[in-house]
Amino acid sequence: MEKFLRIDRRIIFAIITVAVIVSLILRFELPIPASEPVHGVYEKIESLPKGSHVMISFDYDPSSKEELQPMAVAFLHHCFSRDLKVIGMTHYTGAPGLADQAMNSVASQYQKKYGEDYAFLGYKPGNASLIINMGENMYSAFPKDFYGNDTTTLPVLQGVDSLRNLDFLFDLAAGTSIETWIVYGKEKYKFELGAGCTAVMGPDMYPFLQSKQLIGLLGGLKGAAEYEALVKKKANAVSGMRPQSVVHVIIILFVIFGNVVYFTTRRARHA
Amino acid sequence: MRKDSNFLILVGTIGLFVCVNIFLMASGKLPLSFDGFGIILGAGLTFAVYSFLYKDNPAFKIAENLYVGVSLGYTIVITWFNFLKPDLYDPLIVPMFSKASEKAPQYALIFPSLLGIFMLLRFSRKLSWLSRWTFAFVVGLGAGISIPRVISAFILEQIKPSLRPVFSGGETILSSINTLLIMLGVISVLIYFIFSVEHKGTIGKFSKIGIWFLMISFGASFGYTVMGRLSLLIGRIQFLLRDWLGVLQ
Repeated sequence: MEKFLRIDRRIIFAIITVAVIVSLILRFELPIPASEPVHGVYEKIESLPKGSHVMISFDYDPSSKEELQPMAVAFLHHCFSRDLKVIGMTHYTGAPGLADQAMNSVASQYQKKYGEDYAFLGYKPGNASLIINMGENMYSAFPKDFYGNDTTTLPVLQGVDSLRNLDFLFDLAAGTSIETWIVYGKEKYKFELGAGCTAVMGPDMYPFLQSKQLIGLLGGLKGAAEYEALVKKKANAVSGMRPQSVVHVIIILFVIFGNVVYFTTRRARHA
Repeated sequence: MRKDSNFLILVGTIGLFVCVNIFLMASGKLPLSFDGFGIILGAGLTFAVYSFLYKDNPAFKIAENLYVGVSLGYTIVITWFNFLKPDLYDPLIVPMFSKASEKAPQYALIFPSLLGIFMLLRFSRKLSWLSRWTFAFVVGLGAGISIPRVISAFILEQIKPSLRPVFSGGETILSSINTLLIMLGVISVLIYFIFSVEHKGTIGKFSKIGIWFLMISFGASFGYTVMGRLSLLIGRIQFLLRDWLGVLQ
């Protein structure tokens, strides 16, 4: 029995990998009911009239792409299907490529025009100071967009001189950007804020839901899958929930098995 | 002998990877274009990084160093084209030195630029004292802006829901239980972190409840972390099965 306590961890890695591959190949449906925080973001977008301005802050890089890119795509589907004006920006140097790809690919499916229906302002450093600058004067914070166009000439930005003029801001975060948006943006410029974050950050964000500083939250791949299901655009996140669920069951079994083996061997040793 | 077998495993894996790619390209599953080579590169780097789970090896080291180099290069290019060029070079340097420019130079940008350059003077023994001016500016401004806002957003706004009445009429029984649990959690965890009083008697009991709340919170965090790490693995396997091998639709 004691040999199970010294099992080579590579065997566990192999079991997990096989479980992921098999559950991706075998197609079976699992229910994905949307939780209350995910509904918060969805209902907010549903409540906005056509032409409302929504800003997406793509604050992640390729290392968090697997969790946050599906959220970005599902959220963009929702915004474009409701004819909202979408403005993108990022605090991360690694994000422009991902944000640009997500915005252009989804916008083209709804025949949206760059500059009129959506725009990507690109990357700017500064975090807190950038947010304060955007709150005071959006055109001074971003004189040019990602493609070098003068932002004062972009029709999509008409009427958005400051963060105050936004109808909703959605932050996709892999770091501390949600807190930064709350402290330096929402508190002063009073816009509605929702967020999507990596699963690791999820538990830390729940207090902001309770205090209503966030109106909704998408946590990790599960949050992305729930949003994909809500907007009826099932893609990577929904298909990723099958292996997620299977592997979680395997991990629970491993934990039970490990404890049983541990207590059995301990009892045998004391006997 | 052991070193030789590791070398053989590495060469064998690379050989197998090459053969699979030749087959995929010959059978038309992978396009013979930059996109196709990009997918092969992505698949190769994915295997190289995950090979660390078996053992540290040269393929992992190459992928690791490549990641650091590429991300730094990418950062420099993005920072130049998204920040330095439109915010400093175009409005200040170009009008100063180009007679063809119609716009007047924005001389106000000289002051923050100088502060930025001073920061880099930390590398000079003679002039490093100038960097203190920049630090003084950053610390002073940062503290002035941050302190009131952080207190407002993180303390005052967080205290409000903790002070919500348990029974004010209109709420459900479950929401009242939730409010009670939050109150119990806040008080017991705060008591656990009072180290100037010995944790005995009533204080000790509340402190134990606080430990339970902390343990549940750590468990939730760990569960979410497992989910997050698995999501990354699932994403990579989806890429390998769908984009590289074409097994998934």
